[in-house]
Amino acid sequence: MARVSFTQNIQRHVACPETRAPGNTVREVLEHVFRENAPARGYVLDEHGEVRRHMIVFVDGVAIKDRRDLSDPVGPESHVYIMQALSGG
Amino acid sequence: MSTRFYVATRKGLFTITKQPAGWRISDAAFLAQNVPMLLHDARDRALYAALHHGHFGSKLHKSTNGGKSWEEIGVPTYPEPPKDQEPDKCPFRGIPIPWRTELIWELEKGGRDEPGVLWCGTVPGGLFRSEDGGKSWDIIKSLWYNPRRKEWTGGGLDYAGIHTVCVDPRNSKHVAVGVSCGGVWVTKDGGETWACQAKGMRAAYMPPEQAYEENAQDPHRMVRCPAQPDVMWVQHHNGIFRSTDGSKTWQEIENVQPSVFGFACVVHPTNGDVAWFVPAVKDEERIPVNAKVVVTRTRDGGKTFEQLSKGLPQEHAYDLVFRHAMDIDETGRVLAFGSTTGSLWVSEDDGDSWQTVAEHLPPVYCVRFEKPS
Repeated sequence: MARVSFTQNIQRHVACPETRAPGNTVREVLEHVFRENAPARGYVLDEHGEVRRHMIVFVDGVAIKDRRDLSDPVGPESHVYIMQALSGG
Repeated sequence: MSTRFYVATRKGLFTITKQPAGWRISDAAFLAQNVPMLLHDARDRALYAALHHGHFGSKLHKSTNGGKSWEEIGVPTYPEPPKDQEPDKCPFRGIPIPWRTELIWELEKGGRDEPGVLWCGTVPGGLFRSEDGGKSWDIIKSLWYNPRRKEWTGGGLDYAGIHTVCVDPRNSKHVAVGVSCGGVWVTKDGGETWACQAKGMRAAYMPPEQAYEENAQDPHRMVRCPAQPDVMWVQHHNGIFRSTDGSKTWQEIENVQPSVFGFACVVHPTNGDVAWFVPAVKDEERIPVNAKVVVTRTRDGGKTFEQLSKGLPQEHAYDLVFRHAMDIDETGRVLAFGSTTGSLWVSEDDGDSWQTVAEHLPPVYCVRFEKPS
């Protein structure tokens, strides 16, 4: 099962403890995570299930390419890391 | 007389309470968080705060104990756009219109006979209604899917937005909404059908032949007199407009000194002839005229205006007052407004004189009195 962890910045709004979740794609993994932690869904994904414009999902250190369908593959030992896109100077 | 009001700012929600020593900040919530909108619902005394997280989207929170504690509730969400048609595009800029809640720009309670009903206006132009005190929201499809909605354009923001909801106290199904930029839209049947009612409004910024196009108007803020609901006022991008027939027609009020430009307006709760505005140099500058903060007041339906400045800064003041950042209490005697530079003033003599409550708040987005039901 993939390890899923979240930026510290999100924790002030909604609890997102590190967890493990099964799945072969980012979508499958995150759906599992958000079934267990429903309040967190809207902080990461918009109403259409796309990654919010100012959020980033990394799989093993690489930003995912498919932000709409979340089809990027996830391995059983992968680390999925969710953080906010930094902007500004 | 109200002795408490709430102030939503770029960095938190503040409670202002009248104390023996004067009006003081008595509480703060959501510190460092962007609070673009708030609502105090006099029917059940619930308090609502919209949060706009830059990264995490828009959220709504509710308090049923005067702000002591908050819980996150439902948030308006847009439907999936149709897959078989071209994306909506802003007719001015040509950019695609997202079917997402970009900003919660208005919260308003339903009528007295509609407990739990709330209205929510958003950017990019969706109007939402809740029937369960904000737990869940439904988009008003009859407006969002109206073909003329696609003619709306953004004003200062990238996309159009609904910033005003005015419920007729005589008939809760009669609701008028203000759209920047899309005029005034009215339903008489609780949202089943809508008509644009901005006849008489003038948009000098449009090509001359389109200046009176109703769906192109930019009302910055619209208010309805509670005791005379057919009397409505609009602070428009282009000036001040008044309707005495419930928004069917609008009359332009010209020659208001020092300026007819501004964002905020409020109307007296029982006398529709009395209204207040906060003027600024028009659109390309947006600072007080001659760097002096004044409030303008009419007592005769717009025939004449007074400039009220006692207690307000009269030199090197660059405060702009946003559209939701002024309110009036149920007596019509107490007013409060806040500015982009964090100043906050209150008047207990219907604007004749003003007391400074704060000078260093974050930019003020919304001021709302706690009113009796």
